Amino acid sequence: MSEQKDRRTFLAVNAFLAILRRDLRVTGREFVPFLLQALMQPLFFLFIFGKVLPGIGLAAGNFASLMLPGIVALTGMIAAMQGVTLPLVLDLGFAREIDDRLLSPLPVWWVALEKVIFGVMRGVIASSVIFPLGWVILGSGFAVREDRIPMLIGMVLLTGCVGGTIGLLMGTVIKPDQISLMFTLIFTPLLFTGCTYYPWGALHNIRWFQILVLFNPLTYAAEGLRYSMVPPVNGKDFPTMGIEWTLLLLGVSVVVMFVAGTRTFLKRVVT
Amino acid sequence: MLTSTGMTAITVRGLVKRYQKAKVNAVDGVSFDVARGEIFGLLGPNGAGKTTTIGILTTAIVPTEGSASIMSANVAEDPIAVKQRIAVVPQQSNLDRSLKVREILTFHGAYHGVPKKTREALADKLLDELGLGERKNEKVTRYSGGMSQRLMIARALMHEPDVLFLDEPTNNLDPQSRLFLWERIREMNARGLTILLTTHDMDEADKLCHRIAVMDHGKILVNDTPAELKKLIPGGTVLEVRASGGGKDAIAAALQAIAGAAKVEAVDEKSDTDPGALSFRVYGEQVNALIGPAAQAVLAAGAQVRDLSVKQPSLEEVFIFLTGRHLR
Repeated sequence: MSEQKDRRTFLAVNAFLAILRRDLRVTGREFVPFLLQALMQPLFFLFIFGKVLPGIGLAAGNFASLMLPGIVALTGMIAAMQGVTLPLVLDLGFAREIDDRLLSPLPVWWVALEKVIFGVMRGVIASSVIFPLGWVILGSGFAVREDRIPMLIGMVLLTGCVGGTIGLLMGTVIKPDQISLMFTLIFTPLLFTGCTYYPWGALHNIRWFQILVLFNPLTYAAEGLRYSMVPPVNGKDFPTMGIEWTLLLLGVSVVVMFVAGTRTFLKRVVT
Repeated sequence: MLTSTGMTAITVRGLVKRYQKAKVNAVDGVSFDVARGEIFGLLGPNGAGKTTTIGILTTAIVPTEGSASIMSANVAEDPIAVKQRIAVVPQQSNLDRSLKVREILTFHGAYHGVPKKTREALADKLLDELGLGERKNEKVTRYSGGMSQRLMIARALMHEPDVLFLDEPTNNLDPQSRLFLWERIREMNARGLTILLTTHDMDEADKLCHRIAVMDHGKILVNDTPAELKKLIPGGTVLEVRASGGGKDAIAAALQAIAGAAKVEAVDEKSDTDPGALSFRVYGEQVNALIGPAAQAVLAAGAQVRDLSVKQPSLEEVFIFLTGRHLR
């Protein structure tokens, strides 16, 4: 009996990996478009906000180092989200291309998990490319502290998880004909209320906004990355949101979004 | 080859599916068995519950009541074991449009744990068998309906399932593709595959299925071999009579007067080859014996006989008889 159980688990894990391989194969074929899609926006943000504005005196010199973590967070999260939401909306739509994977010998919710894992991989790749990109564009303005690298890696991973799980929920809720509207309604507010272009601590003058942004998981990703990346000035750490809170709330967000997304996913595929 | 091993491939008992907010059950207490090696047809008008039944059997829909099992694995309790044993060819293409044709097969094999060498070889073999070998590196977006259908069949065979579900397999296919598909279905069945298919095409059901269940309003009305189903038509066989040069009512009355004629129907359709003729249908248990008396009756009514032919009732007539004429 347990031999049979082992065989089942083996089959399920095998199917999971094959499905992941399928997504990687498809993305690999479109790797350049994927990178362009993920990096066009951050490229210009880095250039305008990190180079042009400080250059003409409209932003403080250290603005680039404060904004770079925000860009890493935003890019990773959006890349993860898009990698899950768009294919999922189409897969679950009229043609139901996902059926073949649902009929594979694995628990149906693993198919949702696979989507998230794949999204995380996309997010991590997109986030990572920001570093060389920033180094090239910002030149002397590029500064990342080197004593918190493990935390930095963890934060990049967590950011991908947040994006992937939000993508799962969105991809299972949105109908194909609503895609463009939902992107406007969800992406734009997410983009601007996520503390990507400004540190959270600096918002204390606009108290209501400082509280509002707490509902956006991107805020925690950006603040966590600021904690891991912004170099100390005159021996003093840059003030960020408490790292314990950042980690906790990112974790909560991942769990809540994954549970909610998996539930809506199951509702869509098994009636 | 009705029961090659005497074991059942599909067992369905008291199956009920009620969707939330629905007033009636989509599937309403359905029970049937399909033996291993059998081709079983599920017939019924749109909305009869066929697709829901297939959905439950293929683990996409959870039954409200009752049970169903495939090769002894319960669909609700052990969906993964069921998924190992079955393959599904849906009505509309759900082929993975992001992959190339050959990859669709090899990835399907990979999902089901078929070793790399085996799945590569099997994919090439199936593509050749189904006449797709030359276009295996394209994407399916360039494929015609018939080619997509064949590719979905090839995909279904990649993990060597025991039971194959075909949901209206020849809908929208040209005659060549249809004949090709019928041949393949018989061939797969001859190799031991159990097949459950749904169809509107009575000819298809008649030619392919060992047994047929007619469904309507979520219930199975009858379940038998095509030959037995045809006996359900009251009066059994039909004698078609064509006559000319007489009064319609007079001829009908004369035919009705024949001993052994259960019912006479005047048919309104004009014959293409014989536009002046009147057509009648005489129903009876033994219409062969009525040929002579019918000819005499027509003459006696002052008309001439143009044609007399005995028709076996088609499954279509059985179907209409059981489920009615109204549109769904």
